[in-house]
Amino acid sequence: METIYILWLRQIKKYWRSKARIVGSLGQPLLFMIAFGFGFGEIYKKAGGGNYLEFLVPGVIAMSILFTAVFSGLEIIWDRQFGFLKEMLVAPVSRLQIMVGRCLGGATVAVIQGLIVLIISLAIGFRVTNWWLVIVTLVFMFMIAFLFTLFGTAIASVLKDVQGFQLIVNFLIMPLFFLSGAFFPLTGLPRALSITVQANPLSYGVDALRGTLIGLTQFGLMTDFLVLLGVIILLLTAASYLFSRIEA
Amino acid sequence: MIIEVKNLIKKFKDFTAVDNISFTVKDGEILAFLGPNGAGKTTTIKMLTTVLKPTSGEIKIGGYNPVTQKDKARHSFGIVFQDSSVDDDLTAYENMYLHAVLYGLLRSKRAEKIQQLLEFVELWDRRRELVKTFSGGMKRRLEIAKGLLHHPKILFLDEPTQGLDPQTRNHIWEYIKKMNVEEKMTVFFTTHYIEEAEKVADRVFIVDQGQIVAMGTPDELKQQTSKDNLEDAFIELTGHIIRDEKADGAGFMRQAGRMGGWRR
Repeated sequence: METIYILWLRQIKKYWRSKARIVGSLGQPLLFMIAFGFGFGEIYKKAGGGNYLEFLVPGVIAMSILFTAVFSGLEIIWDRQFGFLKEMLVAPVSRLQIMVGRCLGGATVAVIQGLIVLIISLAIGFRVTNWWLVIVTLVFMFMIAFLFTLFGTAIASVLKDVQGFQLIVNFLIMPLFFLSGAFFPLTGLPRALSITVQANPLSYGVDALRGTLIGLTQFGLMTDFLVLLGVIILLLTAASYLFSRIEA
Repeated sequence: MIIEVKNLIKKFKDFTAVDNISFTVKDGEILAFLGPNGAGKTTTIKMLTTVLKPTSGEIKIGGYNPVTQKDKARHSFGIVFQDSSVDDDLTAYENMYLHAVLYGLLRSKRAEKIQQLLEFVELWDRRRELVKTFSGGMKRRLEIAKGLLHHPKILFLDEPTQGLDPQTRNHIWEYIKKMNVEEKMTVFFTTHYIEEAEKVADRVFIVDQGQIVAMGTPDELKQQTSKDNLEDAFIELTGHIIRDEKADGAGFMRQAGRMGGWRR
């Protein structure tokens, strides 16, 4: 247990000490909210969609969680590069505990990041429909965060160096984000796109955030919960297997 | 025998880093594993310490197989790596504490033991500083302090004193020697400072191009080559040619790390 805690704490400390990183990673979500939220707002309203900023904010929160979470999983690559990975790999504790500690830390950081975006969005005009439901929002935020930290960990466990990094960002993270319904409603999409979006676990995360924050859900919160939980179990198995096989 | 190695081979694609070596190490022995760059020393240590899987051959470490009984094998040893294994974004104290937790040091003993070792390597005053502000020598000292924090049955040291001044090196070897005597801890180390091996090792293995070319006490090796110090004996046995180190995955990563700009 203490192993999990100490590695969780390590992630939190590293996050807290990189103030520049915290500020830097808020730039993008803020830009999305302002440029798209206000830029498309009028058209969206004319098309009968209602308030676009309200629609967009849960998507942007999910986005910042996605990015922070995957990157903290991928940090194993940097740990490998700077040598700390060896310290963890030869320690006489199970690698499962090490991985879980790291991932819980990464997930916590990602949730904090998501919360900061939520607070910023309130400042620029976003309104939560039911404050009590924000507790449920937090649960879902954590699920999204944990899921994608595991995802990043699984990928980093099989990567030998930083060369593949750009590839992952462009061919995995960007598609996950853009094809998740973070920007657009899921009704009336071309069939192929609709299937893709439904196969993307992030879609359920975005849907759950939207459901709990502004009371708008496509799949239903129960479906969202079960899908996310299922994928988490799947990834936990895959990531722990891959992490246990890492060689230094 | 606390370490038993039989017909150990490690191949990286077409390059054979460790070429069919066999040896045993007795309980409580101090063993120097010497060889030119690229001889396969680090690769051997990595296989003994469960971080690399052998291509073939058998290893027993503290009675356990590091391939099939990883967790049990890991309980029997501690290691000081050749390159950094500390977290630059944590302080010296935090690195020590994290290590103490990972290695199951009793909670009641942690503070005292960490202070003792940080004082020993003269980093106690800098304990609250981030490791990234440390010089190379300070990092190395922290690395050693961390490795000595718990007292394993076997201690692996891969070029532990690289880049340290003679005073510090002496100081550290005295400490290790003391642990060896008081706790019957087996010590398995590599070094390029041959005089260190001559001074502290009970036995010496000399490896070259993945094979063990000689083994024996420092005196035996000197006799065998009729030289009067171990360094000359070493050169006699391994020749005068300067070796290139094969770039492996880790070497490449170190290279990439230096280029910088990758870290967020």
